Amino acid sequence: MTTTALAVRPASSRQLAGTGTLLRFALRRDRLMIPVWVGVNALMVLSMPGTLEGLYGTPAERADLIRQMETNSSLRAMIGPVFGDSLGALTAWRVGVYAGALAAVTSLLVVVRHTRDEEESGRQELVTSGMVGRRASLTAALLAAAVANAVLALLVTAGLAGQGTTGALALGLGIAGVGMVFATMAAIVAQLTESARLARGLTSAVLGAAFVLRAAGDSARDDGSSVLTWLSPLGWLENLRPYADERWWVLALLAGAVGLQGALAYGLAGRRDIGMSFLPTRPGPATGRLGTAGALAWRLQRGSVLGWSIGFFLAGVVYGGMTEGAADLVGDNEGARRIFERMGGQSGLTDAFLASMVGMLGLVAALYIVASVLRLHGEETSSRAEPLLANAVGRLRWAAGHLVIAFGGAALIMLLAGLGFAAGYGKEIGPILGACLVQLPAVWVIGGVAVLLHGVLPRAAVATWGVAGAVLLIGWVGPALDVPRAVLDVSPFGHLPKLPGGAMEWGPVLVLLALAVVLVATGLAGLRRRDMTT
Amino acid sequence: MTKAITVSGLHKSFGRTHALDGLDLEVASGEVHGFLGPNGAGKSTTIRVLLGLLRADSGAAQVLGRDPWADAVEAHRRIAYVPGDVTLWRNLSGGEVIDLYGRLRGGLDPRRRAELVERFELDPTKKGRTYSKGNRQKVALVAAFASDVDLLILDEPTSGLDPLMEEVFQRCVEEERDRGRTILLSSHILSEVEELCDRVSIIRKGRTVESGSLADLRHLTRTSVVAELAGPPNGLSALPGVHDLDVRGRRVRLQVDTDRLDAVLRSLSESGVRSLTSTPPTLEELFLRHYQDEAAAR
Repeated sequence: MTTTALAVRPASSRQLAGTGTLLRFALRRDRLMIPVWVGVNALMVLSMPGTLEGLYGTPAERADLIRQMETNSSLRAMIGPVFGDSLGALTAWRVGVYAGALAAVTSLLVVVRHTRDEEESGRQELVTSGMVGRRASLTAALLAAAVANAVLALLVTAGLAGQGTTGALALGLGIAGVGMVFATMAAIVAQLTESARLARGLTSAVLGAAFVLRAAGDSARDDGSSVLTWLSPLGWLENLRPYADERWWVLALLAGAVGLQGALAYGLAGRRDIGMSFLPTRPGPATGRLGTAGALAWRLQRGSVLGWSIGFFLAGVVYGGMTEGAADLVGDNEGARRIFERMGGQSGLTDAFLASMVGMLGLVAALYIVASVLRLHGEETSSRAEPLLANAVGRLRWAAGHLVIAFGGAALIMLLAGLGFAAGYGKEIGPILGACLVQLPAVWVIGGVAVLLHGVLPRAAVATWGVAGAVLLIGWVGPALDVPRAVLDVSPFGHLPKLPGGAMEWGPVLVLLALAVVLVATGLAGLRRRDMTT
Repeated sequence: MTKAITVSGLHKSFGRTHALDGLDLEVASGEVHGFLGPNGAGKSTTIRVLLGLLRADSGAAQVLGRDPWADAVEAHRRIAYVPGDVTLWRNLSGGEVIDLYGRLRGGLDPRRRAELVERFELDPTKKGRTYSKGNRQKVALVAAFASDVDLLILDEPTSGLDPLMEEVFQRCVEEERDRGRTILLSSHILSEVEELCDRVSIIRKGRTVESGSLADLRHLTRTSVVAELAGPPNGLSALPGVHDLDVRGRRVRLQVDTDRLDAVLRSLSESGVRSLTSTPPTLEELFLRHYQDEAAAR
């Protein structure tokens, strides 16, 4: 009887068996990650009306801004066109694309984490052997992303309701829609690759391409009507035009893309074995040339160093290219000038813009160094470090291999950013390079925190991400929000001289360098003394 | 006889858990030493102390004449280690890992490496993540057996191998012994230990409870005897060292401490023996005795 009953039951209901349990499990595992990403994103959006009010308080200032955006194509490439002069419309213009991109990153991380990551680690096999349907894991992952995006949409809608509920709803749904487009995109890519890292990288590359398409389209046209813009989900978000005669039908594009991509992901998932992928893994050499722990560290990290190098160089070229235009834009606006000066120093506006952009890249380089140092932690917790250290490899030598790449790599990517700026801007090559390199002591302090925690408190090593996130938040949002000096001073970046343009101060630079040295030395001393963890 | 490993009174706690509670271990140079104990007894913790990955709270340990903590790197030049659960780097091929490990030890014998790859039927071109558990273990085993070292520390190295590969593994261990290498073999596969090991140490709750050659240990345990007698048995129950005596007519079953076997046989032959089966204790029984004590103690 039981078997007949099972056979008669529709296939779909069995394929989804256990989805609810898996979803609860996924949300429990993400109970910190999702709230942080969604919270930061909502904070960024909701803090905008206040900031913009201060910057563009008068109709004359807004008219000026709109005129500038119509004429300045490089700024449109960066932010997108303005469709209205209400605070709501300005908010949607200033952060819409970025909030959408951040939602996309959150979504792709969540989806890959609960699909390919699980398969790669082998945990999925155990789960699937239970009372779990063939499609339950993918569904649970997409639902977890949907929960995150729905909460974000709700926060944005409720938080911006004061500027008008219709526009708030459009912006909230648009941001969440972009999030779901990339959630389903990640679901497809997770079927194609065997490695979660590669799945994250490829989906991020698609996101980057979407940004570039929109940027190219927006620099060509000032009303978002370029074909290139329409090819990008981020372009759809801006063309939804929240707070500027919303075009609700654009939501159908987002929904259609989500539906199509979701269907494709399910189709692919149903056609492959667990743990397998559509892109085959190529065989490697039968013998190897690696002979030292340092060579191994380089082999493990070289791909990411290359990626960051390219990214920083291109960012430098892009920012360098828009330097002149940016100075023009800010030129007439007292509020914006104040912010740039607080970020970039008191000198000429061009230098202030350059200094603030270089500072931004310095903050991002802190993320690189944390990721790179924490490879040590990853190697240790994945049990790969133990057999390696059972060879004639001292712990310090093992750590040194990764730390050279982390600290040296940070110098390399800042240098490349500087060369990019030089290429894009074409002037002041020496001062710009100096400005890039002067960021390093602060970047290294953050790296030092990672070394310290890994060496002394390995359980808390991942908390370095929190430190980097806080420093990023202080650096990005602090100057615009009139945050008290004491808070800004917590970040090592707050103590750096504002170059180019400002005076070089060796005092704080040397203090930060010394601090970095102390942090690294203490961390390494701790690593030498403590038990290895598994 | 020189000692490859000497450990005395080793203590190690993780928070409130006493993983090692005064453990002793001696492994002579050139022997294959079995390292047995129930799950959680402290085998892997001991091995990790011997490899300088953990620092003992107290007690003394020497590996190849060196302090495993302070002198780890020098000691490791002469040691190859195979963990029970081998994790590889996803984008490195098995061959690359074998060569890396070889170079990070005392070097690798390329002929031996090629021969081992063949015997273990390992495809060295596959990349880390695509190997099964057994194949990942083969990567570590080939790296260990092909390395120029004096001491091999193998922590449940065959848990993922099929019986054919298990056989290859045993031959390899014998070859290593013939070359004069020392092997510390932690294992749950008792037939493997019985086949390979010169001496064994059994640990429980972080302490050594038995240590010695298999013959020594057998001596400490009971032989079971089943006999069909010509006449009624007499006086058996009075003999020292006899346990679980079960007489049904002329059929006798009993357990006897192995060093008292002689007296029992004499008493049996007085009644006239028609048939006799005497089973020496297996390592399994020895082992079970300690496991069951443990279960009873819980």
